[in-house]
Amino acid sequence: MAELSREQVAHLAKLARLALTDAELDHYAQQLGVILDSVAKVTEVAASDIKPTSHAIEMTNVFRTDEVRPSFTSDVTSQNAPEWEDERFRVPRILDEE
Amino acid sequence: MSELIRKTAVELAQLIASGEVSSEEVTRVHLERIREVDGDVHAFLYVDDSNALEAARQVDKNIQAGNLQSPLAGVPLALKDVLTMKDVPTTCGSKILEGWKPQYDSTVVTHLRNAGVIILGKTNMDEFAMGSSTEYSAYGPTRNPWDLTRIPGGSGGGSAASLAAFEAPLAIGTDTGGSIRQPAAVTGTVGVKPTYGGVSRYGLVALASSLDQAGPCTRSVMDAALLHQLIAGYDPMDSTSINSPVPDVVAAAKNQSIKGMKIGLVKQLGGEGYQAGVRERFDEVVALLGSLGAEVIEISCPSFEYALAAYYLILPSECSSNLAKFDGMRYGLRVGDDGKHSVEEVMSLSRAAGFGPEVKRRIMLGTFALSSGYYDAYYGSAQKVRTLIAKDFTDAFSHVDVLISPTAPTTAFKIGDKVDDPLAMYLNDVATIPVNLAGNCAMSIPIGLAKEDNLPVGLQIMAPVMADDRLYFLGAVIEAALEAQWGHRFIEKVPS
Repeated sequence: MAELSREQVAHLAKLARLALTDAELDHYAQQLGVILDSVAKVTEVAASDIKPTSHAIEMTNVFRTDEVRPSFTSDVTSQNAPEWEDERFRVPRILDEE
Repeated sequence: MSELIRKTAVELAQLIASGEVSSEEVTRVHLERIREVDGDVHAFLYVDDSNALEAARQVDKNIQAGNLQSPLAGVPLALKDVLTMKDVPTTCGSKILEGWKPQYDSTVVTHLRNAGVIILGKTNMDEFAMGSSTEYSAYGPTRNPWDLTRIPGGSGGGSAASLAAFEAPLAIGTDTGGSIRQPAAVTGTVGVKPTYGGVSRYGLVALASSLDQAGPCTRSVMDAALLHQLIAGYDPMDSTSINSPVPDVVAAAKNQSIKGMKIGLVKQLGGEGYQAGVRERFDEVVALLGSLGAEVIEISCPSFEYALAAYYLILPSECSSNLAKFDGMRYGLRVGDDGKHSVEEVMSLSRAAGFGPEVKRRIMLGTFALSSGYYDAYYGSAQKVRTLIAKDFTDAFSHVDVLISPTAPTTAFKIGDKVDDPLAMYLNDVATIPVNLAGNCAMSIPIGLAKEDNLPVGLQIMAPVMADDRLYFLGAVIEAALEAQWGHRFIEKVPS
């Protein structure tokens, strides 16, 4: 059912924002295939009339009051920033030049 | 070696409260012990010497002034490096968070500080809690104090090993698929996964949000109960926190009789695939329970056969989403920011450099399971299995008060044995995972050494949602009965 190609793994790595080497892609293609074969057994018992569970202990509409509370100041926020400039996080180029 | 390090947390707290010994002295001897043995054990990623001693002196003052009456005041504790503590490095065992200092305390740490518990430092773990051996830590493996060539379990191997090495009398772990219980089993210590929502997840760096739960790691059932009571309770900062009273686990840990208690043996957890020495010790306890007046019956939980498969779809799916936040933009490692690479390239390079192999494996597995065309077959089916497992527990608990099984299929294996075989590694969690999927609670307690390798064996007790007290009710009786047989505490057998 789940033999993964190197191209498929490269696509997954791109979606997951992981820059992998060709050797890693081959290694993971093999390993992920083995794991997916094993976990595919869930399909044996997952009948259409069973309700899926996302949280074991269901809670709905957990609200808090909407009130102003103190938050971190920028000198606290900046402490762990890889790059900080003019009271902002400095990030790499986001838009293409054209 | 100071005799103080071999005492239980209860004993230490009594000595401190009565003024016989100071918290500073107790803290100092544990810090000395860490200096002495942690080069071999490597339970700690960070030791907070000066802050721990300062906190201990403050607790001593407060106790003398009569301002602090907490059952664990002044007792040192080791904190798993996945819980935030203000201004103290928190790495989650990953290079991507190297040097990160959180700006806030997790709720668990707030509870500990308020109760005068002294936090010695942060303990080693598999990277982002993914693993069963602590070998996937980016900072090197922790070693099992029973045999330094063996794993201490995982992901919370550091917390469990710190207890068995007498570096700390108390520790905090987190359990997503067994990361408190399996390390407890293979290090001969006690570990409890509370009911999901019983202990706040605020400040716990998420692996799989619907499964993660922090809990106590100790060397005795009563120590676990006191620590459990201290960290549990409703927290508005965690929207999945349960807003109802914490079961009285401390009263339950004083229990002396299980006459009439109905105990279920899970048919699917045991037998084939379980080491002979593990089964032997387990069977002896089953016989013991009968002789103590409990009614032991076999219970079938047919969907448990599918728990491991469902877990290794649900967990990677949730973790691929949770770990997307580590992109090197606001905190953590940033690689390749040279003006030539785009933001996407910098994110991809940073994540590739910052995450280890198991984390990458699970992120891609989750990305696959959630991708269009595969979602229904994989993630959707796993969620249905989750429903079936919860139903198995509900049915079982309509017949019995608790369920029991071996905690782990084997004793501690050799470092390096399974590190390149993900499926073999995942099998360690086969008995612990059902509880995480269903959200109920479980405990592991030591029940002896396996004959073939002289290594600790753990027994797992499972109870319904918010019936955590039943774990202690039974755990206390098993612990007392076995200690009476052995003539000593189990942990005293650990080689020094």
